[in-house]
Amino acid sequence: MSLTAVGLSLIFGVMRVVNFAHGDMMVWGMYLAWLLATRLGIDPYLGFVVCAAALFVLGAAVQRGLVDRIVDAPHEMQILLMLGVALILENAALLAFGPEPIRVRSPLAAATWYVGPLYVDVARLLTFAVAVALTAALYVFLFRTDLGRSIRAAADNPYGALVIGTDVRRVYAVAFGVGAACVGAAGALTAPILPFSPALGLSVSIASFNIVIIGGMGSLLGAFIGGLLVSVAESLGAVFLKPSLKELVSFSLLILILLFRPAGLFGKRAP
Amino acid sequence: MIWLGLAAVAALLALPAVLGPYALTIVINILFFAYLGQAWNIVGGYAGQLSAGHAAFVGVGGYATAVLAAETGLTPWIGMVIGAVLAAALGGVIGYLGFRFGLRGFYFVLLTVAFAEVCRIVVNNWERVGGAVGLYITFTGDPRQMSFQDDRAWYYFALALLLLATAIVWTLERRRFGIYLTAIREDETACEALGVDTLRYKLLAMMLSSFLTGLAGAFYAYRYSSLQPNAIFGVPLSVEIILRPIVGGAGTLLGPIVGSFILTPLGELSRAWFGQGGWHGAHLIVYGILLVAVVLFVPQGAVPWATERLRRRGRGNAPEGARTRQGRA
Amino acid sequence: MSLLDVRGLAKRFGGLSAVQDLSFTVDEGEIVGLIGPNGAGKTTVFALVSGFLDPDAGEITFRGRAIRGLPPHTINALGMARTFQIMRPFPRLSVVRNVMIGALGRHPHPADAEARARAVLDDVELSSKAALPAGGLTLAERKRLELARALATEPALLLLDEVMSGLNASETERIVELVRAINARGIAILLIEHVMRAVMSLASRLVVLNHGERIAEGRPEAVAGDRRVIEAYLGEEPDA
Repeated sequence: MSLTAVGLSLIFGVMRVVNFAHGDMMVWGMYLAWLLATRLGIDPYLGFVVCAAALFVLGAAVQRGLVDRIVDAPHEMQILLMLGVALILENAALLAFGPEPIRVRSPLAAATWYVGPLYVDVARLLTFAVAVALTAALYVFLFRTDLGRSIRAAADNPYGALVIGTDVRRVYAVAFGVGAACVGAAGALTAPILPFSPALGLSVSIASFNIVIIGGMGSLLGAFIGGLLVSVAESLGAVFLKPSLKELVSFSLLILILLFRPAGLFGKRAP
Repeated sequence: MIWLGLAAVAALLALPAVLGPYALTIVINILFFAYLGQAWNIVGGYAGQLSAGHAAFVGVGGYATAVLAAETGLTPWIGMVIGAVLAAALGGVIGYLGFRFGLRGFYFVLLTVAFAEVCRIVVNNWERVGGAVGLYITFTGDPRQMSFQDDRAWYYFALALLLLATAIVWTLERRRFGIYLTAIREDETACEALGVDTLRYKLLAMMLSSFLTGLAGAFYAYRYSSLQPNAIFGVPLSVEIILRPIVGGAGTLLGPIVGSFILTPLGELSRAWFGQGGWHGAHLIVYGILLVAVVLFVPQGAVPWATERLRRRGRGNAPEGARTRQGRA
Repeated sequence: MSLLDVRGLAKRFGGLSAVQDLSFTVDEGEIVGLIGPNGAGKTTVFALVSGFLDPDAGEITFRGRAIRGLPPHTINALGMARTFQIMRPFPRLSVVRNVMIGALGRHPHPADAEARARAVLDDVELSSKAALPAGGLTLAERKRLELARALATEPALLLLDEVMSGLNASETERIVELVRAINARGIAILLIEHVMRAVMSLASRLVVLNHGERIAEGRPEAVAGDRRVIEAYLGEEPDA
């Protein structure tokens, strides 16, 4: 979950565009992983690379083809655009794969390890480990490579970036693509853990927004920490309340944060 | 222009006589969603506060009416109004929190969605009002319990609601309230500097909008004879509500109506077409494509677009005095 | 009693003190110029006085009422109007509608408000553009629109924030005449300006700010020769 939030934060931070289609992109990542697993026998824990790449292309394409045209439009338009994309993605998945929830089987996921008195679910551990690794890789990319720096520069000051010759449109496309790739990878990585169906897209999107707002828009660290925080809060909530109410916790948290500290815990941008 | 409007109303009044049952159902839906869109239009179109959680008001209105009828035998016609008042109260809370804390744009959208989802989750887990299974309303055929044997009654009910909402919006446009809203949509800070209490007007718009939407809740509940929290509080319904005014033209009088006449039949056709393959809900893909297309090519909506084209043909003759579109292109 | 009485006004942003211990008055019918180098805090003062920012300290009395902490729309209703340095028209509304928003406060019926708005548009010579969307006006026209909107609220005190910036000589002259005419009707004016020529000819009194503090006050001729003022402006591009 943190990974999706990081991707979203990246997209928002750079583009100031809110990607409502985020969750649905993730779902496509999941379906892609499923396809790879069932048709080609590639384990999701390896196949996530392909998913990431595919979604990178999708993200960049969406950005170039659609979002780019309305970069100067009022924000409501951007929200609506991404909403439209979300609808398209979600229902395309519905058409392609049907509404029934499915699961991806991974041989790695079936095992459990015993670590001292605890037993650990390998699947989740692996997912977590890879997510952390990817986030670290993302960090390196953004802070150490030229392209990454361009992205951050463009995020802070689009005109300045233009002036020094950055191809801002390309940077935007890459940023969007990377954000989408994150979420594609996240999809593939969670596919073995969670049963999924096209309808999942919406809850994922909303959950990602929760996390990003709580952690702080534009701050990747915030997104990551936010993800952890929300998961913990929800789990705690599940202990005290009925499990189906755990979403209530994160929504209430969202409302509170929106009201009192919209910049989030680590956010750099106030609304 | 007035004559055209009256003619249209007359046509709508006479329509049930010539429509077959299936077509009648579709037109009822057209009118109903046009009503919902028009109600949303007040706060979302004119005041420019995008709310993606309006389903919450439908839900509150519907549940209130049904629960009151079930527990106290109160006729839904009164229950409907009470439900609407409750919806307005919720709208007031959301609006006050959002506007007082200065939430705009995306953040406000998220707030509305969050509240709608909270409502959905709460009702889902509230056994007293049916929980996840929902409530069923037995069909009695008794008009006093909002149960009609003849679909034409639903038609006129929907039409009445639509005319009510449209009349309200028409009046607003011409009064200070509505004029202020259009300015608030453009620039709130400038409004404040000119003496406009933006918080008050936004809040009023929100409450009026949620009141009207709440009325629709009863219609929804009793027409479909059932209430399901996921359906009536869910984001998909909120999306359906806002799609019509956006496609037709948010912030215009006819926008939601035209939008509904475009979208609803399209939705029906897609639903039928996709439904053959057993894919339910996939008709939304058509909505998605349309939404993307509208945002990219006709962002102001169908009605302003058409008005602009007609104006260019007519050599700039502005009908009914210049205030019709007020320079809004 | 002064129309506007500001005492000990202070505002900090984070660690930076934008306005410190500022006191000045504006009397009825006066034109007072608020000048100072860039970043001196002038627009902040406007925001503080008109209710857009909350002061950290100080009192603001307008027409005998303490207005500190009141929301902008209330202050406007009491008789103070302001324009913005970065103009904020309502782009999609027509020019006359723009001005009506200001007029509706005291003339709730749209018909009355429209009549009043058209009268004001006449004053600022924008009547020919009344039906056009405000977004399509030229810079000079937008300045006049900004002025018209503020006027439509029937203020006793008008706060003008750099209303002449970016205009050529003849446009500036036009605005100067307009401001004089407005003042002749009894409306007091507090103006922030960098166009020295205009300020010197309009204002009967100048208040000079630097780093948020008042460093000089007095008649234009006196202030112009004040050593501290000249020092404060050194390094600044002199405006025409």
